[in-house]
Amino acid sequence: MKANILIVGVGGQGTLLASRILGALAEIEGSDCKLSEVHGMSQRGGSVVTHVKIAPQVTSPIVGVGDADVILAFEELEALRYINYLKKGGTVVVNTQRILPMPVITGARKYPEDILASLEARAGKVIALDALAVAEEVGELRSVNVVMLGALAAHLGVPFERIDAALKAAVKPKLYDINRRALERGYNSREEK
Amino acid sequence: MKKLMLGNEAIARGAFEAGVRVVSAYPGTPSTEVSECIAKYDEVYAEWAPNEKVAFEVAAGASYAGARSMVCMKHVGVNVAADPMFTAAYTGVNGGLVILAADDPGMHSSQNEQDTRFYARSAHIPMFEPADSAEAKQFTKLAFALSEEYDTPVFVRTTTRLAHSQSFVEEEEREEVPLRPYVKDVSKYTMMPSSAIGRHVAVEAREDRLAADVNGFDINREEMRGTDLGIVCSGVVYQYVREAVPDASVLKLGMVYPLAIEKARAFAGKVKRLVVVEELEPFIENQLKAHGVACEGKSLFSKQGELSVAVIREKLTGVKTEVEKLDLPVRPPVMCAGCPHRGVFYILGKLKLTVTADIGCYTLGAQPPLAAVDTVLCMGASVGMAHGFEKARGREQSKKTVAVIGDSTFIHSGITGIVNAVYNKSNITLIILDNSTTGMTGHQQHPATGLTLKQEPAKILDIVALCKTVGCDSVRVVDSYDLAEVEKAVKEETERDGVSVIVAKRPCALLNRNYPPACTVEDCRKCGMCFRLGCPAIEKQADGSAKINASLCVGCGLCAKVCRFGAIKEGRK
Repeated sequence: MKANILIVGVGGQGTLLASRILGALAEIEGSDCKLSEVHGMSQRGGSVVTHVKIAPQVTSPIVGVGDADVILAFEELEALRYINYLKKGGTVVVNTQRILPMPVITGARKYPEDILASLEARAGKVIALDALAVAEEVGELRSVNVVMLGALAAHLGVPFERIDAALKAAVKPKLYDINRRALERGYNSREEK
Repeated sequence: MKKLMLGNEAIARGAFEAGVRVVSAYPGTPSTEVSECIAKYDEVYAEWAPNEKVAFEVAAGASYAGARSMVCMKHVGVNVAADPMFTAAYTGVNGGLVILAADDPGMHSSQNEQDTRFYARSAHIPMFEPADSAEAKQFTKLAFALSEEYDTPVFVRTTTRLAHSQSFVEEEEREEVPLRPYVKDVSKYTMMPSSAIGRHVAVEAREDRLAADVNGFDINREEMRGTDLGIVCSGVVYQYVREAVPDASVLKLGMVYPLAIEKARAFAGKVKRLVVVEELEPFIENQLKAHGVACEGKSLFSKQGELSVAVIREKLTGVKTEVEKLDLPVRPPVMCAGCPHRGVFYILGKLKLTVTADIGCYTLGAQPPLAAVDTVLCMGASVGMAHGFEKARGREQSKKTVAVIGDSTFIHSGITGIVNAVYNKSNITLIILDNSTTGMTGHQQHPATGLTLKQEPAKILDIVALCKTVGCDSVRVVDSYDLAEVEKAVKEETERDGVSVIVAKRPCALLNRNYPPACTVEDCRKCGMCFRLGCPAIEKQADGSAKINASLCVGCGLCAKVCRFGAIKEGRK
């Protein structure tokens, strides 16, 4: 497997866990892998980005501008913010959830209206799903990240058993069952449509 | 076994394998996880110290006593630890002593982007710089060995991208390094003029020896490819260089101080063009130039921020990466929903006070719409700055000024500030925002939380009693969520002569997630008061009314308190 993946979202949405599951996947596949995360201040509700690079040999841990095969976005506006990182013809897997940033909350700015169309104009392919609704059905609002990861794995053609094994390796045992349900729903989300 | 590890985890693993016995640190992004990872090893004593200076002294003492020891800090922490550090370079070590210093180019989570490499040169302490997690582990082990061989503390320097990137590491066994015997040696360990004069000679001799030896170290590695372009680089920048200009020859430095000058000179002779690619200051470049090695560097690259593959490619090959500029609403970090600091800043803004603030989550009180902060300098500075405001502008000013500091930051370096204020007849008001944790770095324990780094029970520092004991004229405790009480306390204490301390207490909203139900809005009158709180859970609708995002709201009820029309209700418990 070879992929440069940029995971973007809002601090608190679980981009770190998502990247660590992909790291576990690389470990299972015997690929080289580097992950780059942001900790500290930006985590407090700010725009966050995590870089995942999986290849036979990885040098820089950072996905460059125009270098991402996939952008996995946990929030619409964040997908658009990082769209420059997408390779020509690359795929955006986006959660249609909107989390309003402070300038929008205070009324200083408007949340952009036509984000999916903007993404479609710039990406080779856009896979959009309402991961929050799925997470709600699963019974754990905080599993949005794992739902999205399921959709990503399906897009990348990773067999379910393998991404499931990666999930099992990366989460605490008591959180595995509920996250497995989230993963499965995300993985099969395109068939459901 | 090969394992994916954060750079920080790999440093912890390296120290563990090197037989480290004592580790002391104060949390600071991007260095915090080193201590958190090392605390998991039963063989290692590891602690949070109240600040980096104390942490350094603990590690130095353990080293003198014969143990391999390590102290960890972020770049600005090195400033705090600099006093013992400069002189520890004179004493040298007994057991190996390693200083982990984490720089933050680009200031992901810092108040400046100082370049710690200059400390290595000015304190005469050798410095390693790893380029990935495997090297982070390997270099940490080398650092312990080098420390003992050359009788010196040794730096391992990281940057955010190294500290917080994961790559594969091969785990090895721990080497049990026995305690070295401790023998009293005043000429080495008691630094006063008579002995320090001799030690300064030893420092220079050691540095000369190392500066010669470093040219033979394998970790300074020449990789010959094409001869048109040769790059000198170190750390994570090496990875960017390899991706940006794969055909270029590279001198990859594992040790950035002392520099392998002769190796660089020989490398320069093999390539047509020599470029130093380094983040922040021209540290390597200027030394090469001073030794007559012609090179380029900061004439091409900025001293600010981080480098990237795209920037290096553009500057060295002219191939530009086109970037479409999109005008999107920014998403800066904000205080979390339910943050106990929010209400305090709301009141300070309402009272139009001058606020000298400090380093922590509450620095976010500077962001709109709260925008209640005037000054932020460094850990603990809020107290001294408020005192300075009064001494410069008089009592009328201090009636309109408060200092704001967190509990962990107060213990770190606010205590001496308050002692100074008491001693020098100040009339300042200090608000200690006590959220029972070290918040911004991810909830580390400190002397007032009752637990140690290893999660063992500890004595609890009584902040109120401490303030009374040092002579503060008034010390009172308020509930951070009780806006009326906070406002009353601030008004009374700023009017009161003498040094006042208000401890605003309420644990961080992320600590206990057993939240009451979300607040609700009915018949909103669109006055906009609640938006002034800057709570991420309160959203402005197109018609100007407020809506509470139930998935973010933690039911703190602050908005219900500021709503003059009673339109916001706290969730029923």
